[in-house]
Amino acid sequence: MSNTHPAYDLATVRADFPILSREIRGKPLTYLDNGASAQRPHAVIDAERRYAEECHANVHRGVHTLSQRATDAFEGARERVRRFLNARSTREVIFTRGTTESINLVAQSYGRPKLQPGDEILITWMEHHANIVPWQLVCAATGAELKVVPFNERGEIDPDDVRRLIGPRTRLFAFTHVSNALGTVLPVADLTRIAHERGVPVLVDGAQAVPHGSIDVQALDVDFYAFSGHKLYGPDGIGVLYGKEHLLEAMPPWQGGGDMILAVTFEKTTYNELPYKFEAGTPHMSGAVGLAAAIDYVETLGLPSIAAWESVLLSHATERLQAIEGLRIIGTARHKAGLVSFVVDGVHPHDLGTILDESGIAIRTGHHCAMPAIERFKVPATARASFGLYNTREEIDRLADAVIAARDLFR
Amino acid sequence: MDLKDLYRDVILDHNKRPRNFGALAPPARDARGHNPLCGDQLTVHALIEDGVVKDVRFEGSGCAISVASASLMTEAVKGLSPTAIKALHAKVHDLLTRPDAPSPPELGKLAALGGVREYPARVKCASLAWRTLEALLAADDAAPVSTE
Repeated sequence: MSNTHPAYDLATVRADFPILSREIRGKPLTYLDNGASAQRPHAVIDAERRYAEECHANVHRGVHTLSQRATDAFEGARERVRRFLNARSTREVIFTRGTTESINLVAQSYGRPKLQPGDEILITWMEHHANIVPWQLVCAATGAELKVVPFNERGEIDPDDVRRLIGPRTRLFAFTHVSNALGTVLPVADLTRIAHERGVPVLVDGAQAVPHGSIDVQALDVDFYAFSGHKLYGPDGIGVLYGKEHLLEAMPPWQGGGDMILAVTFEKTTYNELPYKFEAGTPHMSGAVGLAAAIDYVETLGLPSIAAWESVLLSHATERLQAIEGLRIIGTARHKAGLVSFVVDGVHPHDLGTILDESGIAIRTGHHCAMPAIERFKVPATARASFGLYNTREEIDRLADAVIAARDLFR
Repeated sequence: MDLKDLYRDVILDHNKRPRNFGALAPPARDARGHNPLCGDQLTVHALIEDGVVKDVRFEGSGCAISVASASLMTEAVKGLSPTAIKALHAKVHDLLTRPDAPSPPELGKLAALGGVREYPARVKCASLAWRTLEALLAADDAAPVSTE
């Protein structure tokens, strides 16, 4: 590992991702939209295909061979996720469609039955809409109130604000691990300790965090942790909710159907045990298998190595972009993950996105589904370059050069 | 495909120096348009007298395509009846969306928007001002227009 190369071989790794060799508008693809969705290696694509070709049937149902194979593959994936998160038991690992569904599950099953008028849910100002709207829905249904922890001009949370805003009626503190709009990494263990000292459980939105470093839910002591497969180089449509067993045990199911029951009569239904109680209907089996392959892939490269390389890319991007006259970086927290949000004088982010696309460069432009966070910087939208394990310094140079060209076009 | 085909000089010029930028006082009416995808917010003001748009202005912020399109629109519709504006909007819509769209001479400077059809994600930007003006003309009490 150095400032020029990651600990793994970048050329070999790039060759693992078939889409990276495609051309976009006649130019080599420069994919810097990993925060929206990361690309998939052969290992993931092959795992899903192998599942379809060799194992597929419905899980937990049949006595026939394929059903057993599918069940083994699906439950094997659950065990893989358990190890990835260092959860105590697979009973704490629930497969969902993604982070959004995971948070909605907690809002509806943990929040809704418990919340009384005047109770409070605490979130932060930098949340993705997926960690705002589910709480607004449950607040509207119960009469509870949403409280919001502000952030400073760099995009950092002051733990004292959390201490101040957690009150006797706070029932849950839901916050992001890494801000998708600003890149800020939140001190999850510290914030969790502060909440726990006041008897408040926490939910952490880990969508942007899992691709950039190891997660240990026991060390962090979080009560709920949510993430998506497709941001971790895995399939879309699969995600995970981790929850402490005693909390999940006490929660009612939130969707009814097959797989989540032990016995059904018209008088009474006995719910299945964890984690199946929360997995009504046929799950996304090939997605779970693909997610397990993605976890294998990033852990083989080593999440610390990936994080170290992304930190090199972040420094390089910050340096190159900062040097561009008229460019302002939005979100300058001292502890940031590999993404840079920025605006350029005289160039609307949407125009910038189109111009960069012409050079084969994919970035995100807009409010990043975090409108309150972006509006605090008094801009309608930003451009965001977000890095993945396969990005290169040269790609960042290409980005910076194209931004300069765009600025000059609008002069 | 050259970027200069989308960002033609006319577009860049109207983005930088939008024409008819500002508000009109009553009895002029206004309507608001919003493109949630990129945060574009436009308000179109129009004074209608003797069955034609006597004066028209717009204000707000947005990307170059939406600002230039609004600016070009205000120049093009002044003096036209609502029916004529509707017909012109239809021609602009074709220009923005149909790959084989002709660029009839009556479009004038609006033809500069022809590059947009190569960028389907940007059609909404170019149509925002037009849709907002149509809403204004269609209703006395125009509800905000959203492209979503």
